[in-house]
Amino acid sequence: MTETIRSILATDCGSTTTKAILIELTDTGYRLKVRGEAPTTVEKPFDDVTVGVLNAVTEVAEIAGRKIVGDDGRIIIPQQGDEGVDLYLSTSSAGGGLQMLCAGVVRSMTAESAERAALGAGAIVMDVICSNDKRQPHEQITRIRHLRPDMILLSGGVEGGTKSHVAELSELIAAADPKPRLGSSYELPVVYAGNSDARGAVEEALKEKTALEVVDNLRPTLDEENLDPARDKIHDLFMEHVMAQAPGYDKLKSWTSAPVMPTPGAVGAIIQTVASQRDISVIGVDIGGATTDVFSVFDNTFNRTVSANLGMSYSISNVMASAGIDNVMRWVPFDIDEVELRNRIKNKMVRPTTIPSVLRDLQVEQALAREALRLSLVQHKDFATELKGQRKTRDISEAFNQSGSGSTIVNMMTLDLIVGSGGVLSHAPRRVQAALMLIDSFEPMGVTQLAVDSIFMMPQLGVLASIHEQAATEVFERDCLIMLGTVIAPVGKAKRGKPLATVHLDLPDGKREVTISAGDLDLIPAATDTTVHCRIEPAKGVDVGAGPGMPLETDLAGGEAGLLIDGRGRPIQMPLPPDERVAAIKQWIKNLDLYPQRKA
Amino acid sequence: MGHAYTPGLKVSPAADFVRHRLLPIRGEVLVRQGDTVEPDTVVARALLPGNVATLNLARQLGMAAADLGDVMLVKEGAEIEVGQPLAQSKGIFGMMKKTVESPTTGTLESISKVSGQALFREAPIPVDVKAYVGGTVSTIEDGYGVHVDSRGTMVQGIFGIGPECNGKLAMVGRGIDQPLLPSDILPEHRGAVIVGGSLAPMDALKAAIEVGVAAVVTGGIDAKDLTELLGFDLGVAITGNEDVGLTLMVTEGFGSLAMSKKTYELLAEREGLLASVSGATQIRAGVLRPEVLVPHPVTAVEHTEVDEGYMHIGSVVRIIRDPHFGELGKVVELPPEPAVLDTEAKVRILTVTLKGGERVTLPRANVELVDEQL
Repeated sequence: MTETIRSILATDCGSTTTKAILIELTDTGYRLKVRGEAPTTVEKPFDDVTVGVLNAVTEVAEIAGRKIVGDDGRIIIPQQGDEGVDLYLSTSSAGGGLQMLCAGVVRSMTAESAERAALGAGAIVMDVICSNDKRQPHEQITRIRHLRPDMILLSGGVEGGTKSHVAELSELIAAADPKPRLGSSYELPVVYAGNSDARGAVEEALKEKTALEVVDNLRPTLDEENLDPARDKIHDLFMEHVMAQAPGYDKLKSWTSAPVMPTPGAVGAIIQTVASQRDISVIGVDIGGATTDVFSVFDNTFNRTVSANLGMSYSISNVMASAGIDNVMRWVPFDIDEVELRNRIKNKMVRPTTIPSVLRDLQVEQALAREALRLSLVQHKDFATELKGQRKTRDISEAFNQSGSGSTIVNMMTLDLIVGSGGVLSHAPRRVQAALMLIDSFEPMGVTQLAVDSIFMMPQLGVLASIHEQAATEVFERDCLIMLGTVIAPVGKAKRGKPLATVHLDLPDGKREVTISAGDLDLIPAATDTTVHCRIEPAKGVDVGAGPGMPLETDLAGGEAGLLIDGRGRPIQMPLPPDERVAAIKQWIKNLDLYPQRKA
Repeated sequence: MGHAYTPGLKVSPAADFVRHRLLPIRGEVLVRQGDTVEPDTVVARALLPGNVATLNLARQLGMAAADLGDVMLVKEGAEIEVGQPLAQSKGIFGMMKKTVESPTTGTLESISKVSGQALFREAPIPVDVKAYVGGTVSTIEDGYGVHVDSRGTMVQGIFGIGPECNGKLAMVGRGIDQPLLPSDILPEHRGAVIVGGSLAPMDALKAAIEVGVAAVVTGGIDAKDLTELLGFDLGVAITGNEDVGLTLMVTEGFGSLAMSKKTYELLAEREGLLASVSGATQIRAGVLRPEVLVPHPVTAVEHTEVDEGYMHIGSVVRIIRDPHFGELGKVVELPPEPAVLDTEAKVRILTVTLKGGERVTLPRANVELVDEQL
């Protein structure tokens, strides 16, 4: 940027809420001035996403005492005196999930690779059609026609391999002449990522009837997967497709100083920046209303998954359906009638912008958030397998083994930092609540630092980084990323109450020795910007990051929550009898000062 | 701040409604601009391509797909009968010829030179689009369908399932705050749109299905009953194609929730008239709410705050989350500054006076505008 940018307005149009931030250049650099939000207005009577944008911006303008929206109802650009802003940017994820159909020749080979690519791209895979799925062609055609997916991913044939089976599959799709789920005014996108020799046959069958996109073969050889081109194309089409369904999107695009960026892309950019600048492994998670995105960087490899129907409002009922009531209720320190709980969740589904105003309601939502986060990480681990440099070499023996889908590169023991984002984490009334939601759902092992996006502005900073890195970095470091603290979670077996590890801490007010016993969950205060040197001596067979039984000497970063001591085991062992479980949760709530005591 | 954007559901005795009635593929429009239509009037018709049957001729004949042209007895596009010979191999010195017969009646659509697969298209499947609501055809979309304009009572619900239907309105139940009973549903309700109650329990829904009720409009439904009715636990509120034996619209939400008095009274005034009901709900982009439309003569169309979507001091709102879920109140304060809730969350709030006079402070996100008087 050649001219000095004095003020920046950035919005993120989520599926539930549109968030706006105002950044100003101050004597100490770029700083967040104010934020505002309003419901996303894709509903009648507005049917226009820009109405929500203007509502959120109006809130920002009111709080900042500054005119930003002109009399013509547009954002004033550039800044004129104290009015308007020099830059306006936006991200968007309005539109909801992606439903896909996959097709491949052999179920355990190209079809499975296609499914993995689609799942990795964040789709719900409605069905997988393949040459050996034991259905008759007419049954497959009927199925394709009935499903009405948002998109089809067609694979099949390694390079130099079968053409005829791929041609057959494309002929089946053409015969079905499938229509997109969300309307008949556009052609159904089909991504072909199979044998390049069969492209001619596929084009002949599908080019006239669908919006065909051809990318590199996702399974070029039997022992090699190349999911990236298909996954990226799905992401591109998903955003184009879904965002095109968000009313007013064309108008929004015309207002912004740079292209509107998909929200997950913007958050991913920021997560990669953190990992690269600090040379660490990171998991980032953005839990939204309809979807939950998980990002990871391990050994410089970036992965992103979108769990399309795990979210805190539109998809909240699906969280319950996917996790099961027992998994949700294990986090709640009281009994609740199942009928009432299910009604409450469905009411949130149909009125997705409501928020908890009483503590028990908040606790139930945070329990659901734990399960949404947990399930999203499971999906992420399945996708983020050993794909060095975006490619994965599979052993030929694995190719014939249903379980031989490669092991995950997500290693919770070597993980350095978890960054949480999204309303339920960023707006948690106490930061320690966000810290515990991340710990309970992701179950970090050993020593792991925790952070949260202070007011859910990673998406806006991600898009800002694309055109003004200095402003994005300054605001990110000073106003966005809030360090919550560090969790120490020894991994190993011990009977409840028996010691797992001893931690020798050099705290600012003196040395302290803490014993972590099985079943413990406790908190040691350590403020933000405090670094606590420690030596952790695990019990025999217990691992804290240096190997079973091996001591670990390290620095622990403090934060708004502090140092969390988690002796609950991995996976977390909850007491089975309900009264003991409730008693344990109440004790943990007390130890962590998690909720207002008078209401807990 | 004097006002705030708040969505709401439309409940009006005098609304304009235009419904676009379009075919999924190009077809024929059967009515003309200005025609008066009834809900069951077929306004457009198309022929969907028929079901497809396949047969791999190359494999059947044991020859290369590229050579099939030499042995075909019928051409692409030809009409064929089941059992009709399609291709015959040349055999060895004219002996041991192999013949492949058509597996179906219809058209031989294509023969792939790559895979050797033949596709047979069965007879086209007619698709009719009905008017759905009684009114006047205002616009013709050539080859695709029409816009039907109408006026009358319009009630949007919060959630529904099931397809479009119509029937005469019949008020049932023992009051807006009482669950429906199986005994409330009588044989004369066959084909009717029944309205009433705070809840449709499973036994009442079963009774309605058994009687042949077209649609049930009620205050609420238990999530567990919805799961039983659908046969699965609905994860995302995108509905409209369910085939459960009736169309269901709930006006308030999940659980036993007294139906809005205005909703009940509006529909009661129209009892006996023909109502069109759609259960289609989509709580995502391009939102759809279930609805009851009752066309009748209207002198002046009513425009309300719900149409505008802005809440002011004095607006009547419904509380849409616990505590006080379902209660109506009048907005008395809309402070611009965020306030701290019991949860310790800091959010923008409003203060409302409930019917009984109690003043409560709530997150702004937890109310919706309603077209009612207090």
